[in-house]
Amino acid sequence: MADTVPAFAHGAHPHHEVSFWSKYVFSTDHKMIAMQYMFTGLFMGLIGGYFAYVFRMQLAFPGVAVPGFGLVSPAEYNALVTNHGTIMIFWVAMPVLLAAFGNFLIPLMLGCDDMVFPRINRLSYQLFLLSAIILVISFFVPGGGFGGAWTAYPPLSAKAEYSLTPLGSTLWLVAVTFEFIAFLLGGINFVTTVMNSRAPGMKMYDIPMVVWMIVVASILFMASVGPLIAGAIMLLMDQNLGTAFYDPDRGGDPILWQHLFWFFGHPEVYVVLLPTLGIVAEIITVFARKKLFAYKTVLYTVFGTAVLSFTVWAHHQFVAGIDPRMAHIFTITTLLISIPIAELMFVYIATLYGGSITLTTPMLWALSFIATFLIGGVTGIFLGASGTDIYLHDTYFVLAHFHYTFFPITIIGFFAGITYWFPKMFGRMLDERLGKIHFWGTIIPFNIIFLTLFVVGLGGQHRRIYDYTQFPDLARFQDLRVLATVWLVLMLGFQVVFIYNFFRSMARGEKASNNPWKANTLEWSAASPPPHGNWSELPTAYRGPYEYSVPGREEDYWPQNVPG
Amino acid sequence: MIESLVPAASSYAADIDALFTLIFVFVGFWLILCEGLFFWLIWRFRKKEGARGQYITGELKSETRWITYPHLLVLVCDLFIVVGAVKVWYDVKQYLPPAEETVRIVSQQWAWTFVHAGPDGLLGTTDDITKVNELHVQVDRTYHYKLESTDVLHSFSVPVFRLKQDAVPGRVITGWFRPTQAGEWDIQCAEICGIGHGLMGARIYIETPAQHAAWLMQESPISIAAVTRTRPAEE
Amino acid sequence: MAFARPISTTRSTAGMPTGRLAVWWVIASEVVIFGGLLASYIMHRLAHDAWTAQAAHTNMWIGAFNTLVLLTSSLSAVLAHKAAEEGDGARAAKLLCATIGGGLLFLCVKAFEWTIEITAGFTLQSSTFWSFYYTASGLHAAHIIAGVIILAFVASTARKNLELHRVELIGLYWHFVDVIWIFLFPLLYIAK
Ligand code: HEA
Ligand code: HEA
Ligand code: CUA
Ligand SMILES: [Cu+2]
Repeated sequence: MADTVPAFAHGAHPHHEVSFWSKYVFSTDHKMIAMQYMFTGLFMGLIGGYFAYVFRMQLAFPGVAVPGFGLVSPAEYNALVTNHGTIMIFWVAMPVLLAAFGNFLIPLMLGCDDMVFPRINRLSYQLFLLSAIILVISFFVPGGGFGGAWTAYPPLSAKAEYSLTPLGSTLWLVAVTFEFIAFLLGGINFVTTVMNSRAPGMKMYDIPMVVWMIVVASILFMASVGPLIAGAIMLLMDQNLGTAFYDPDRGGDPILWQHLFWFFGHPEVYVVLLPTLGIVAEIITVFARKKLFAYKTVLYTVFGTAVLSFTVWAHHQFVAGIDPRMAHIFTITTLLISIPIAELMFVYIATLYGGSITLTTPMLWALSFIATFLIGGVTGIFLGASGTDIYLHDTYFVLAHFHYTFFPITIIGFFAGITYWFPKMFGRMLDERLGKIHFWGTIIPFNIIFLTLFVVGLGGQHRRIYDYTQFPDLARFQDLRVLATVWLVLMLGFQVVFIYNFFRSMARGEKASNNPWKANTLEWSAASPPPHGNWSELPTAYRGPYEYSVPGREEDYWPQNVPG
Repeated sequence: MIESLVPAASSYAADIDALFTLIFVFVGFWLILCEGLFFWLIWRFRKKEGARGQYITGELKSETRWITYPHLLVLVCDLFIVVGAVKVWYDVKQYLPPAEETVRIVSQQWAWTFVHAGPDGLLGTTDDITKVNELHVQVDRTYHYKLESTDVLHSFSVPVFRLKQDAVPGRVITGWFRPTQAGEWDIQCAEICGIGHGLMGARIYIETPAQHAAWLMQESPISIAAVTRTRPAEE
Repeated sequence: MAFARPISTTRSTAGMPTGRLAVWWVIASEVVIFGGLLASYIMHRLAHDAWTAQAAHTNMWIGAFNTLVLLTSSLSAVLAHKAAEEGDGARAAKLLCATIGGGLLFLCVKAFEWTIEITAGFTLQSSTFWSFYYTASGLHAAHIIAGVIILAFVASTARKNLELHRVELIGLYWHFVDVIWIFLFPLLYIAK
């Protein structure tokens, strides 16, 4: 067994000097790959945030040159919106939540020295980086970036004569396809590692919830993305080789793409949701000093959500011209999915009961996730009900719904995770006071922006329109648009606090002990930051991850690796 | 709820608004309950000197009850919402009342062409009135629309009707509406269709029978004289 | 920098060697890619009766011959696995070469078949049936090419009696490619 072959444990190697390139660029160490994913994701996040700034300025002050960008043409507006959505989902949420946290946490939480296939892991990152580069290049090619929305419905996306972005559409699609393949490789690695390389003694129900969630998310991604990869190949051929898969004039069908896209698209929203739910589970148990309420129920609920998520896709297509009778089926399945998600929310709230809660920065982020995601979740019900979706489809109500889910998941989830694991990643503590300023400076504007957008959405404002003042019925909401934009600028301003705190603490923050939060999971038994190979002697697990406040023990926590 | 922001001008607009209100009440109840409980727990169980957390696994029957019962209640709420949604959807999208008049709607990058039946009330005859970005309909008259697209996807959306339907190239999609309130409002294209998507608006003119007759007269003075039969203003 | 295999790779909590487990996951993720493509094809096919007439132009005999070739090559992959289990790397390598031969023969036949079809005027753009035909069998052929390259690589290490467990892994993959063909053959050639 593993622990009887210590001969080539990494930690046992004498520390030889490694070059800059093999340490930072071509590293196969899971922690370094996690950092690569995270920093690439954050960089892309800044681009996505910048795009949001530019197009929101255009909406608030149409026709006025945007400081830091200039005049926004209709074509540019479409490209900005499209790439904002694409980047935020595929190049921020996925790499940061799934790949960065997954890579960092899985080996550490399972008590092993690395992923099972370190070189495939590196390849996965390299493909991802390549995809990001292709995407960025696509903004600058003649004709401009792709502007057919992140959903890329054909025929618009299939024919250059319609989209007027011959190169942009193809590069966009190639980038997305590469990104999918990168995450397929990464996912295979995650799943195999979790199945096969747990610390001795770590049984199924001893796996920390965040690891479970990342694994389920990876499998969900794997199972749903295949058809879309096939669909993307067909779309690429339609664009470049003159086939007619999606061309109705020549025997194809544009709706086919919508099915393939949403068959992936809806599971995808849970792919990004699950890692954050996991992160939140870790944080609230630690700072409430509580065992996770009903671990097994949570686990099976997550499986249930994953399965159900394959049955709801056409709720995005109620009015797309599908057979109207189908809407009933998809309304039922969509509303059913409120059950497992409600279950998860109830469990998290129940976990707080009887706790001893300290509101540290990570805890604030984790709690604010629950508070805001609830709003995003319940507004999904209005859309899942086919009757109301006729009106709400493709309005800003949808937009506000999914920002109330995506923002908590991506931005809040990231901040929760990074403030919690920062000591482990960099060996130093973040500044709490700056952290709290940043928290309030982000969470208040966020709510103001998107509550406002719910209202304009109910007022009938549709998506992806670069100037609403030309619509007589919509011009009257201009004040609300300005309000949303002003608060966005404010929110972006507060991100400077975070970036400052982040880099300052990395260099000069207070030194962190191995286990500053008194947490149970295995990563806290390694040094901060963990060396190459993570432990000099790999740990053994003796119990589940959430044994807090166990009666009869002096300490109110009981780490997984402590015998007894 | 929605009427306070957008007038309701079709026969089914009120149903959709009512469904919205119904859902609002149900999920609003749960939202307030969850959030209220949540903030109360944070406050109630804040860290106090000397006090420890409790050890609750959440696996005992007496504990899971707190999840299971609310859960069943959510299921009940879901049922009500489903019934409401199915009913409204059926009326708007699946059921097709007989038409008193039909209008052809052709969408293309980036304009709407509306082919009105004209004075004889029949589509496809010589007195059809073709208008770009202007749809003229009459109050209290049931219309069928035949929606087409010549190039990419578009979406015919009339917020005051609460109506939306995508146009798919290669298909003719039939639906219906019945205006109930005279006035002039926006039609928008609700599906991204390229650079001009943001410009692809039109206006709907909902007219009283008298106004509508005047409009017909103005558009098609010759053929109106040729029409001998008087059209029923209302059914 | 020499690459040391991490301890985690040598663990086996699930009771299956890590490599085999991973190959199963690779296959699972490929199944859904082909599944999506074929499901799209079937849906279209059911909606367009006219496709039957177009499908009549595919050559069932060539398809059947290729099926035979692939099945035979899978057989030698099985035998190679057996040899590898017995520790006979040289024999495994030889059998893998036979599999490679099968793969190459398959590709040659395919090239020949496509040449006939293209000269007869059935190209990628001819109709959506032909688009599907070339896309599905082309994607499959790409998997054969990749398989042949990996087979060659595995055979070269197996000959030196190294990494013999890889013989089984590539065999799994090859069987999978074979099974895909078993689906393509009736869908594209027989259903007329
Ligand atoms: C991660 C992101 C995420 C998440 C988690 C969700 C979650 C849900 N979404 Fe959302 N959605 C998106 C991201 C997300 N969505 C995006 C990006 C789009 C638009 C894409 C585009 O067009 O560009 C979209 C669009 C979208 C539509 C299509 C709208 C349209 O275009 O017309 C629909 C329709 O059904 C929908 C429904 C739902 C539902 C029912 C849930 C459910 O999972 C929510 C379940 C949760 C709860 C219900 C809350 C907890 C429960 C309770 C508090 C109990 C009380 C509840 C009841 C009584 C029911 N979403
Ligand atoms: C994860 C998903 C995600 C996220 C986080 C966001 C974030 C935001 N989005 Fe986005 N949005 C989408 C996904 C997302 N969006 C999608 C899918 C669409 C649809 C696209 C389409 O129609 O095709 C869309 C469309 C969309 C529109 C519609 C445009 C239109 O239809 O015309 C608008 C309009 O206001 C908008 C606004 C915003 C705003 C104000 C934010 C703000 O919350 C932005 C805040 C940004 C930040 C706070 C930056 C992050 C900061 C860091 C990461 C700092 C850390 C850095 C370092 C340490 C180096 N978004
Ligand atoms: Cu037409 Cu948008
Ligand atoms: Cu969905």
